[in-house]
Amino acid sequence: MGKSQVKTADATGEDVRHPMEHLLRMDRMPHIWCPGCGLGTDVSTFAEGLRLAGKDYDKVAVVSGIGCTGRVAGYINLDSYHTTHGRAIPFATGLKLVNRDLTVVVFSGDGDLFAIGGNHLIHAARRNVDINVICVNNFIYGMTGGQNAPTTPLTAYSSTAPYGNYEQPFNLVGIAAAAGASFVARWTTAHVHQLSDSIARAVNKKGFCFIEIISPCATVFARKNKGGTGLDLLNEFYRRSVVDHDADPTKIPIGLDGKIVCGEFRNEDKNTFWENVKNGIKEKVAQKDNWEAEQSKRKKVLYKKIVDHS
Amino acid sequence: MIKKSKLQGEFFMQGDIACAEGAIAAGCRFFGGYPITPASEIAERMAYRLPLLDGVFLQYEDEIGSIAGILGASWAGAKSMTATSGPGISLMNENIGLGIMMEAPCVIVNVQRGSPSTGLPTSWAQSDMMQARWGSHGDYGTIALCPNSSQEFFDLTITAFNYAEKYRLPVFILADALVGHMTEKVVIPPNDKLTVVDRKYTSKKPSEYLPYEYGADLVPEFAKAGDGYRYHTTGLTHDKRGYPVMTEECQKECVTRLINKINNHADDIILLEERDIEDADVVVVSYGITSRSILPAIKTAKKKGIKVGYLRLITVWPFPEKRIRELAGRVNGFVVTEINMGQIALEVERCGHPAKTKLVPHPGGGMHKNEDILDAINEVARG
Repeated sequence: MGKSQVKTADATGEDVRHPMEHLLRMDRMPHIWCPGCGLGTDVSTFAEGLRLAGKDYDKVAVVSGIGCTGRVAGYINLDSYHTTHGRAIPFATGLKLVNRDLTVVVFSGDGDLFAIGGNHLIHAARRNVDINVICVNNFIYGMTGGQNAPTTPLTAYSSTAPYGNYEQPFNLVGIAAAAGASFVARWTTAHVHQLSDSIARAVNKKGFCFIEIISPCATVFARKNKGGTGLDLLNEFYRRSVVDHDADPTKIPIGLDGKIVCGEFRNEDKNTFWENVKNGIKEKVAQKDNWEAEQSKRKKVLYKKIVDHS
Repeated sequence: MIKKSKLQGEFFMQGDIACAEGAIAAGCRFFGGYPITPASEIAERMAYRLPLLDGVFLQYEDEIGSIAGILGASWAGAKSMTATSGPGISLMNENIGLGIMMEAPCVIVNVQRGSPSTGLPTSWAQSDMMQARWGSHGDYGTIALCPNSSQEFFDLTITAFNYAEKYRLPVFILADALVGHMTEKVVIPPNDKLTVVDRKYTSKKPSEYLPYEYGADLVPEFAKAGDGYRYHTTGLTHDKRGYPVMTEECQKECVTRLINKINNHADDIILLEERDIEDADVVVVSYGITSRSILPAIKTAKKKGIKVGYLRLITVWPFPEKRIRELAGRVNGFVVTEINMGQIALEVERCGHPAKTKLVPHPGGGMHKNEDILDAINEVARG
């Protein structure tokens, strides 16, 4: 599956292949994403991250929800699951807890992971389930035509905010960190090297790892907010970005203007859900078995006493 | 000592616990759930038992997470289950559709309670019968089994897993608060006396494997995550490769197969209990706990000389159309007793025409009165 059926030629007539072809389903190209969208680069960066991490590709599964980013699972040549809106994380949790040799990556959008699926995200982070979540944040619902997202900056325009957005947006890295994620990073689509490095670190790290990618949506976000082309928007994100690994992730919201603080804000080691299960059972079952053995011994003694009296 | 393997022997056991033990006997090693009366005991039992069998118990943040989780676990190769009641099923319905579309084997237990909405949390009803059939959007085939005792809750949980594995879909067990909370004798046989079916894993090489290629039985072969098949699966309408294809032709093939893979095997799936049906004038149709509460009324009617047959639907979906049509040709009619305001009665009426169908409804939280059932039997017997 996923064998190349697409051959392109460059100006000199030579065959040109996509450098990440081994990880893409070339028989599904061309993809559905718009010209100028950041997702193509985000997927390439992810593929590069897996290569850097030295992963056995047969042991990596990608789970997506619904939306533009939800289509990532369909284009990646790995075990891939395109689930329902908002439910990629609980699905991925089941997959990982049963097959603990797998590296499980949830690749989905800001609306999918933080609006309809927000509850799953905070609880998976709280449990420190050993999965990786890559959240492509384009500040808008792209697939459905540019409606307001939980990340849309205050006053920005969307098709359901024709007078500008009235709602305070979420700061995604802040939520992930506050909910207990082991690893929290944010980059823009322009930070290809930093991003693939962070992805490589995340997939090799145990625990709940969260990476936000600030990614341009040319067709709806840029158009509605006079952001120019996808490339213009990407340049704008890059210009506004500041790398500060020591920043407190809960204090770096993103507005329509101003800084976009990027970096790896958290990289902690703590027990995963499964480690806690294993440790818990070892101790508690032994305790309970001892206690029950003790109880039955006491019962026998008591019974013997009663018999002696009679 | 905490029991670390499948139970065996005779027990005085609550229905919900018997369900959990049935799941364990069937090989279930992943349970995702959320507390809800009257199904919580199933989760509690699984939380106690699964970790010691190297299984996974996870209490999710809600029922939507629970169903998504058991689908993920299923794709990782585990037999997986969730248990809930009406409100939980309402939340799960979208992802039940995902399970149908992706063809992920799993079992969903609905210990029904009074409804609609929050209804009667601690009391019983049989009012989610149609929800189990049509709850998720769209057209699809479904399987639902109805236990009427602790023993049968154990047995049918194994059967539900077998059907789920064989036909690759989420299978419902439609119990109710009475069956779930009643404690009675359960016999758990040794392993070699149990029939446990596993899904058909593909023997093809990854280069030859297509995840939705099917043969005469219409059920595709399974490959689990991490085995090198690198397949794609989606809730979108898809072709044999699992790739989304947005055409009328593909939609037709996809949807008709999901329906036919159940309908074509209806004879294998449908389980019925019949008593005195051959010379009956009136057939009393029931399922679940109602099949036990109607027995005195049937006995009285027989004493009065009415030829009453007893038909219990153990499999409710797919509906035993063929059998009802056969009977319709030679009986006066059917009396359908159910603890809802008329759900399965609609199906009996549809298939039982031109024989008469008389519904004895009950809104839930109690049982039918003998007189009401007797009146209905008399009415149908008179013709």
